[in-house]
Amino acid sequence: MKFSVVVFPGSNSDYDAFYAASHVLGEQSELVWHKDTDLKGADAVILPGGFAHGDYLRTGAIARFSPIMNAVKAFAERGGPVLGICNGFQVLLEAGLLPGAMVRNDRIKFVSQVVPVRVEQTDTPFTAACSQNQVLKLPIAHGEGNYYAPPDVLAAIEQNRQVVFRYTSAAGEVGAQWNPNGSLNGIAGICNHRRNVVGLMPHPERASEAALGSADGRFVLASAVKALASVSR
Amino acid sequence: MTVIDSAVLERHGIKPDEYERIQQLMGREPNVLELGLFSVMWSEHCSYKSSRVHLKTLPTTGARVVQGPGENAGAVDIGDGLCAVFKIESHNHPSFIEPYQGAATGVGGIIRDIFTMGARPIALLNALRFGSLDTPLARRIFEGVVAGIGGYGNSIGIPTVGGEIVFDPIYSGNPLVNVLCLGIARRDDIVKGAARGAGNPVYYVGAKTGRDGIHGATMASAEFDETSAEKRPAVQVGDPFMEKLLMEACLEVMKTGAVVGIQDMGAAGFTCSTSEMGSRGGVGMSVDVAQVPQRETGMIPYEIMLSESQERMLLVVERGREREVEEVFEKWDLHAVKVGDVTEGTRLKIHERGSLVADVPNRALTDEAPVYHRPMQEPSWQKTVQQLSLAELGEPPTAQAAFEALIAVPTIASKRWAYRQFDHSVGTNTIAQPGASAAVVRVKDTSRGLAISVDGNGRFCYLDPYQGAMLAVAEASRNVACAGGEAIGATNNLNFGNPERPEIMWQIAEAVRGIGDACRALNAPITGGNVSLYNETEGRAIYPTPVLGVVGILEDASRTVTRVFKSDGAALVLLGDNSGELGGSEYLATVHRTVAGRPPALDLKREAALQRLVVDLIGKGCIESAHDCSEGGLAVAIAECTFDAGGLGVTVDVAPAANEVGAVDELHRAQWVTNATLFGESASRIVVSSASRHLDTVLASASAAGVPAQEIGRVSGDRIRLSVNGRLAIDTPVATAETAWATAIERIMSRQAAS
Repeated sequence: MKFSVVVFPGSNSDYDAFYAASHVLGEQSELVWHKDTDLKGADAVILPGGFAHGDYLRTGAIARFSPIMNAVKAFAERGGPVLGICNGFQVLLEAGLLPGAMVRNDRIKFVSQVVPVRVEQTDTPFTAACSQNQVLKLPIAHGEGNYYAPPDVLAAIEQNRQVVFRYTSAAGEVGAQWNPNGSLNGIAGICNHRRNVVGLMPHPERASEAALGSADGRFVLASAVKALASVSR
Repeated sequence: MTVIDSAVLERHGIKPDEYERIQQLMGREPNVLELGLFSVMWSEHCSYKSSRVHLKTLPTTGARVVQGPGENAGAVDIGDGLCAVFKIESHNHPSFIEPYQGAATGVGGIIRDIFTMGARPIALLNALRFGSLDTPLARRIFEGVVAGIGGYGNSIGIPTVGGEIVFDPIYSGNPLVNVLCLGIARRDDIVKGAARGAGNPVYYVGAKTGRDGIHGATMASAEFDETSAEKRPAVQVGDPFMEKLLMEACLEVMKTGAVVGIQDMGAAGFTCSTSEMGSRGGVGMSVDVAQVPQRETGMIPYEIMLSESQERMLLVVERGREREVEEVFEKWDLHAVKVGDVTEGTRLKIHERGSLVADVPNRALTDEAPVYHRPMQEPSWQKTVQQLSLAELGEPPTAQAAFEALIAVPTIASKRWAYRQFDHSVGTNTIAQPGASAAVVRVKDTSRGLAISVDGNGRFCYLDPYQGAMLAVAEASRNVACAGGEAIGATNNLNFGNPERPEIMWQIAEAVRGIGDACRALNAPITGGNVSLYNETEGRAIYPTPVLGVVGILEDASRTVTRVFKSDGAALVLLGDNSGELGGSEYLATVHRTVAGRPPALDLKREAALQRLVVDLIGKGCIESAHDCSEGGLAVAIAECTFDAGGLGVTVDVAPAANEVGAVDELHRAQWVTNATLFGESASRIVVSSASRHLDTVLASASAAGVPAQEIGRVSGDRIRLSVNGRLAIDTPVATAETAWATAIERIMSRQAAS
């Protein structure tokens, strides 16, 4: 299969996602420039972490206007799997491909640490290789990862099982003390109604080799491989 | 036309004898623009005029050295045709005036030095000094500097992987912000900052030039006084997004092979880049300031030449290949503008809309800048502060009380509050993260890793600058060894006071001599660095604070270890002698409010043997953890091995330290011996843990290497239990000690937020 990783000016985890997909998983991967208008035959698309366009305005607010985003939207509408990691998640929110918004971390400061993240749903293309309630050790590194949605939207995404990842303890318990940024309901990642577009603040691509402290992130990209294999069969 | 009189010279920081020399080199009187060029290029910051004669004595060559001092950064060979390109640089003065932007632009500046060489930056480290966190000013500066470092490094996507932070009242009016950046380049792809080939076009690319930072280099070459806050316009504002675009575009454009030379515009901006590139290449350069993209209107040539606006680069391009270069920059939405040409001869000619406004031999600005053999004198108080009489310090506390105080003192406590704000995982190379003794990054597509550590001990250098500087080299190199790295290169940042005072100049000379001796003995050649002088406020200098960055190589990165214990039942071995030297220790400073004595002794041959031994044992997989003993001594080192180890405890019994504690009240002698044993900061000691099956190998290897080694205890239980000569001196649950250590700085900083 083929992953296409979109490169916005200011993306800084683009190569990390490319490396995890190509060198670690051994899948075909390509970096696609944001001014391009086609996704180069992607089977799955990754919007990587970083600070697209500097994020001086609101995270992801400018990136959604990049030419490539039309192709990403069309790809998502056709049911293609799209993964937004960190800044990529923020771009998906700004582009309206996922519901809700990000605000500044509740303790104001940038937070960089490894956190436990519980897999809430396994019927998305990026969690198909995980088990229900599996706790993954993944790094976070963001200043605006505090997920917010109005009460009715929040209730709807919980109701529709759209919360895909939640911050928990290492044992999988939910609680304010395990929530690193103040996200509502401890939300670390969500999917759209159709379940093919997933966004998360933690960085699975940075935790896909044991040498880096955790290989749990491999489950996320490997899920796409598994999900696509089952579709094509 | 402005007449150049003594007032004009003073404003430019040019001394009368320097002005005479300028006239000689020019063959005439300079105009004010030309005087401005000399002013910035002959500033201490750019010319190293006070330190140069001493820096020349440093060892700068070695089998692996590909690029020594004199370029934008140094480079050492790491095999497979790859080089590690690295340098440390300070941004002390701007960080005092405006902590966030001062620190942020410091990070930006050193990153540019690395990618300018054609290397992709993969790691940042920092060495920071602040005043006591008991004061609001120090907390404000600490908060701003940490946020600034994170704000820039996180955004551009280069991980901050390690560093060290020390708090001491001596730095309250003069914080130190030293940042090290390391990148990886193919040896064949290294690009130099030299202009060549008359007729080749000169390009400007990056942010537009504004009036910010004019005379920044001159500011960094003067002491602070009550008017310093008014110098705020001389601090620049950083734009990490612009730098990210510049970095990607420059690395891409260098791959075309159309770039002859490249240099960033840092201190002294356009002046420095044009004159240095010309003089390095033995050519001249002709530029027109009207072509320089400007952010403000009505800027005169003087302002354009002296601006220190950030995120700007100067490139010399091969004639005929301009389009290739322009296209790459256009892809990144950057505008590369031709501002001039390389010329025959050796003159820097500056035009404004075609008319010549300055004409200077470029070497007069660079190589022919003054070099001073400034007078030196050992301070009259030097011998006095080396006297230490424990008897005068009163009653020593129990080891338990001292231990509890030490693990929560900000200099020793966990720096998690700071590094939690630094992205350390971006780039997927970070193997040992902040909080380890040394940072370790892997080199992709190889099995190798690089261990990096930055260290300095201002207190030791104050007590004896020669000894203190040697100890700084030894500690940085020892930390690298504790991660399994064999030292292959070093970079230094010399932070001192006003060199025009003979006592300060003596400190500089002594420290450089110490660095040289230690680097030679430990095979760590200096490949570049930075000098920051005039670190004084209201006439009071900081401690002399040379900071050493050492880079080491691991053939197999997966073998690396950290300070953290791995398994219950492992044997604890102390490598090196436990001499119990208390001079200049954190124990004396924290517990007895005393800074006195002689710094610990250092035998460089024994240090080298110790480091080789540990690197060898780690390479063979014989030890599970390694940690050097520094601030807080053996007790703190052992305690730190239990932190982050998931609750593993330790039981230790050591022999009393060999050194005499001197004339003390007999009633307290036993307590002094215990405290010296546990908290003394003798050099050349490493605590390792080893599975029982490897213990014999460890002890036999140590014996063969001539390194003293004694088994002092076991990893066991869930308490830290340290005895001296069979008498229990410290007994604390790991959880209690770890919480005190891990949250000390957070508690201080949140108290501030609450008040």
